Amino acid sequence: MKLFNKKNTLSMLAVLGVYAIAGLLINTGFIDSYIFLNIVLIGINIILAVSLNLITGFTGQFSLGHAAFMSIGAYAAGILTAKLDQPFWVGIAGAALFAAFAGIVIGIPTLRLKGDYLAIATLGFAEIVKIIGLNTEYIGGATGLNDIPRYTTWTWLYFCVAATVLLISNFIKSYKGRACIAIGEDEIAAEAMGVNTTYYKVLAFTLGAFFAGIAGALYANYFYFLKPDSFGFMKSIDILVIVVFGGMGSIKGSIIGAILLSVISLFLQGIPELRMVVYSLILFLIMVYRPQGIMGKSSLKFFRKRGVLYANHQGK
Amino acid sequence: MPIIKVNNLSKSFGGVKAVSNINMTIDGGEIIGVIGPNGAGKTTFFNLLTGIYSPSSGEVVYNLDKEISSKSFKPYKMTGYGVARTFQNIRLFKNMSILDNVLLGYHNNMRYGLLSSLFRLPSFYKNESKAYEEVLKLLEIFNLLDKKDELASSLPYGEQRKVEIARALAAKPKLLLLDEPAAGMNPNETKELTALINWIKDEFKLTIILIEHDMSLVMGICSKVFVFDYGTLIASGTPNEVQNNEQVIKAYLGGE
Repeated sequence: MKLFNKKNTLSMLAVLGVYAIAGLLINTGFIDSYIFLNIVLIGINIILAVSLNLITGFTGQFSLGHAAFMSIGAYAAGILTAKLDQPFWVGIAGAALFAAFAGIVIGIPTLRLKGDYLAIATLGFAEIVKIIGLNTEYIGGATGLNDIPRYTTWTWLYFCVAATVLLISNFIKSYKGRACIAIGEDEIAAEAMGVNTTYYKVLAFTLGAFFAGIAGALYANYFYFLKPDSFGFMKSIDILVIVVFGGMGSIKGSIIGAILLSVISLFLQGIPELRMVVYSLILFLIMVYRPQGIMGKSSLKFFRKRGVLYANHQGK
Repeated sequence: MPIIKVNNLSKSFGGVKAVSNINMTIDGGEIIGVIGPNGAGKTTFFNLLTGIYSPSSGEVVYNLDKEISSKSFKPYKMTGYGVARTFQNIRLFKNMSILDNVLLGYHNNMRYGLLSSLFRLPSFYKNESKAYEEVLKLLEIFNLLDKKDELASSLPYGEQRKVEIARALAAKPKLLLLDEPAAGMNPNETKELTALINWIKDEFKLTIILIEHDMSLVMGICSKVFVFDYGTLIASGTPNEVQNNEQVIKAYLGGE
């Protein structure tokens, strides 16, 4: 079992290559600040979608409160970097840990609920977070939190996205990840196989929240300014749309979904009156003709290939 | 020495006594049959043995490694205690491969932490490759090796049953509970299964309790049979004794 083989060395080179080329284009001004803004949004959406996919797509827990974890992370990073003058890495780490902690706190009581009940409970949680944000003077209340330093660079963004995708993919292919997928498939059978379902649901929730917190930190330190309204119900729905659009239980799907949906809405900005109509129509058509999402089918294949271990056993 | 003691076990749902006042002891290394007409309480009894239900009164005591009473049963703890099961209406993870299904049975034997699974530390590779080896061996025993990458839902019914048994065995149990293992199998498959159950009992040093309607299977391999009717235990003994028991005949065929 080698740590480096042909396949993962190649993908590592590809990851670094994309980073270097895009970095060069940004530094030389070939990619202007407007396009870069959209790249930042895409990156943040990838992190949000992949982390929500872990909760909803893989573990099967329908959550409508993902934006709340993002907002906890955003405010934590905002406070740490703007008010306490901490460096960005402290902001990101603090954001992730605060959001993860919120994931545990909200996960333990709500994850005994199933399906629609869980969705409503997480929705309620998101509203509570928003209202606390609106009424806390320290973080600016309804006027918002200002003057957050702009630390989010291409490097930070790219490596946070890469780390999120890599770590969640690794998790999914470990026995803990398999346990989560099994819970999504059949909770009673998973339990009979020795899976402590409560523990793994809370674990998936916490991990998802952790990465949503990182997305929040990147957001806060790019846009200078935070207000609780930006993390409402609609933001949670946006993330869920990316996950469903890309394919539940497919990490590739979430990445492609985040990119495609952002690009589509970018192109539609030329026709502002019809933008939301066309956008909704595209979603509608995708759901009618491909209800499993863009990568729905191939995600199953993706599991069957299962990387290093599998390749080694095939070799025998 | 008995490995299972059932003392005055009862379970009621509202006013319905699904299982009432069951007493039995089961010795290790045997294949035990549980039979009875539909609705006799057999599956409820299984669910009591595996912690899915907790008894209304009475208790089950296992003596597999150490003494464990049904007071501390939780479904997810049972494989840790050495008890694994299959389900009457097959509960495979339909969208997972056969390999992943059986790997899931191995869940409790995995020893690595969250950091190892996120960062693929050495313990990840050590545990996963050991699990793969053992699971591939199991799949070979069940003649499923060449189908290991197919989705569980794509297999025919009889083979899905086999995957379920393989998955339960991956948990390395000492006691295996099979809920109607031959349901939906043709006579040939049943015959093959009978031989297989006998073989795994010796190979894995198991005690097996099975619920079954197929009498040829029950009479062929069980050393002891318990007969349920209306939630009570009406007879027990060797297959021959039970077959000639008047109450059993009455339960199955009706009569005065």
